[in-house]
Amino acid sequence: MPKIELNMITQRSIEEGAAMEKGKTNPDYFDACSICEMHPEDMKRAGIWKNTNVRVTSECGTVIVKAIMPTQYVPPGLAHIRQGVWANQVVPPRTQSTGTPQYSGFPVTIEPAPAERLKTALELVQGAVGLWKGGQ
Amino acid sequence: MPKLIKGVGCPYCGSSCDDIEVLVSDDETKILEVHNACIIGTNLFHHANDPTRPKLPRMRQPDGSMKEVTYPEAIDWMAKTMLKAKKPLIYGFGSTNCEGMSAVARIAEKAGAVLDNCATICHGPSFLAIFDNGYPSCTLGEAKNRADVVVFWGCNPMHAHPRHTSRYSIFPRGYFTQKGQMQRTVLCIDPRETDTAKLADHHLMIDQGHDYELFDAFRTVLRGFDIPETVAGIPREKIKEAAEIMKKAKFCMIFFGMGCTHTDGRNHNIDAAISLTRDLNEHTKCSIMAMRGHYNIAGPGQVWSWQFGFPYCIDLTKGSHAHMNPGETSSVDLAMRDEVDCFVNVGTDAGAHFPIQAVQHLKKHPFIAIDPNFCMASEIADLHIPVRIAGVDEPGVVYRMDNVPIQFRAVIKGLPGVPSDEELFDMVYERMCELTNTQPVWLAAKADRKYPESPAVI
Repeated sequence: MPKIELNMITQRSIEEGAAMEKGKTNPDYFDACSICEMHPEDMKRAGIWKNTNVRVTSECGTVIVKAIMPTQYVPPGLAHIRQGVWANQVVPPRTQSTGTPQYSGFPVTIEPAPAERLKTALELVQGAVGLWKGGQ
Repeated sequence: MPKLIKGVGCPYCGSSCDDIEVLVSDDETKILEVHNACIIGTNLFHHANDPTRPKLPRMRQPDGSMKEVTYPEAIDWMAKTMLKAKKPLIYGFGSTNCEGMSAVARIAEKAGAVLDNCATICHGPSFLAIFDNGYPSCTLGEAKNRADVVVFWGCNPMHAHPRHTSRYSIFPRGYFTQKGQMQRTVLCIDPRETDTAKLADHHLMIDQGHDYELFDAFRTVLRGFDIPETVAGIPREKIKEAAEIMKKAKFCMIFFGMGCTHTDGRNHNIDAAISLTRDLNEHTKCSIMAMRGHYNIAGPGQVWSWQFGFPYCIDLTKGSHAHMNPGETSSVDLAMRDEVDCFVNVGTDAGAHFPIQAVQHLKKHPFIAIDPNFCMASEIADLHIPVRIAGVDEPGVVYRMDNVPIQFRAVIKGLPGVPSDEELFDMVYERMCELTNTQPVWLAAKADRKYPESPAVI
């Protein structure tokens, strides 16, 4: 399976903000944040079809998100997951002694994972602390 | 008859728009319409109508489920947990009023806690740079009335502060900027072509993480020295052109955001930005402002600086004096080193917005969430205490991103029996004093707490 190394940034978007204010268990929040934007050339190199799921792995974690065409242009080599539960599965907690984690500019590996299932926000967070009871 | 309330403040982003109009039902319990706000603010006000909003605290049971408990029970549990913990961490305050921030400080002192706010994962590096290098800033009114060159560096107001450009920075007509957008030149420095970059006259598509070099290149050019052919992915000519635009401005306004503070360099990027502002003042008038994220995230910086001398990462565990050292007393670092043994999440969502490993560490110990709604933190908490929503059913003072205080109003009646943040913290503080057989220390403004039998005493 081909893989691709990209530089990841996680930043705000209005879709995320609008959905967050409806509630983080709202389906809109799931649709707004469980995505990864990257340049079409990068998708081609990694054999990723748009709107299919990919596995994003960083130095400290992994998450399944849906690869989409950029809603705001992303140059080749850069990837963007909107700030939120999915992004924070892979954000390194190192802070360069400032208290602020490395939310932007950390290396990730992205590979196609079309058969994998996207997890909900609650499943990811409760699952991480051993409280998830529902679903698979 | 539904009632139209004008001059309402929006409790969402750092723009803290105060021109919102809200139509409420005649019994003042439902929000019917929201005018003037962006989509996020509109959703926020309408979310207050949600019939599923929690009305009672919920405690985690041994089987992992949540069970509703009364407020006195929740307050007692929180007071005892805070007193038992050796080093509790109280974090959040992005979305509450200054009254709540001030009240929580009593608990923090009593418990010997670490007090931190969302700036720690947001504009914390900006604070560090401001300590080192000063903050030649102004108010948003000055930006609106004077700025003819506006620079957005690593920020995307079209998404994060949707009405910022129309109220303060690009479109509004001000005293010296009567032609609005026609009179303003907008520069955007961002690795992506964001929706703000599309609005800009010049977009410098910087290589991600190379902000410091570009700030330095601008300073070098302004001082009349030569720079390499490309810096941070931007051709020399483009940098020179942008520097010339800033230099020739009547009033240049630099807004910077998470693109500078979340990436490599952190506070050093902001340090360079402030130095660039200072250098530009050799040629023209120039000012700089942090794009603060929440409507009152400047609040804890103001309130706690007044109370303790520090804006964030305040370690009160010594009992004798406050101590601040980001990297050591900052929430994420404390969590990753397993240094705290109780976590209180107030008016934010650490469950969703901390790196997940920090959440896993924090969850090893008692975890309390104080939030009007269900969020990720409340869904993993051992105790969730609902409160009123500041700016919707609870009034209060907030500080806008330019540190201007604004009195926000309540538009609807709060849920019956649900206290505000301030009331809840006062009750927890009183319970802690009871448990430790000590007298509560109240400020003059809290005379009604000191003399509860005669609440009119001020």
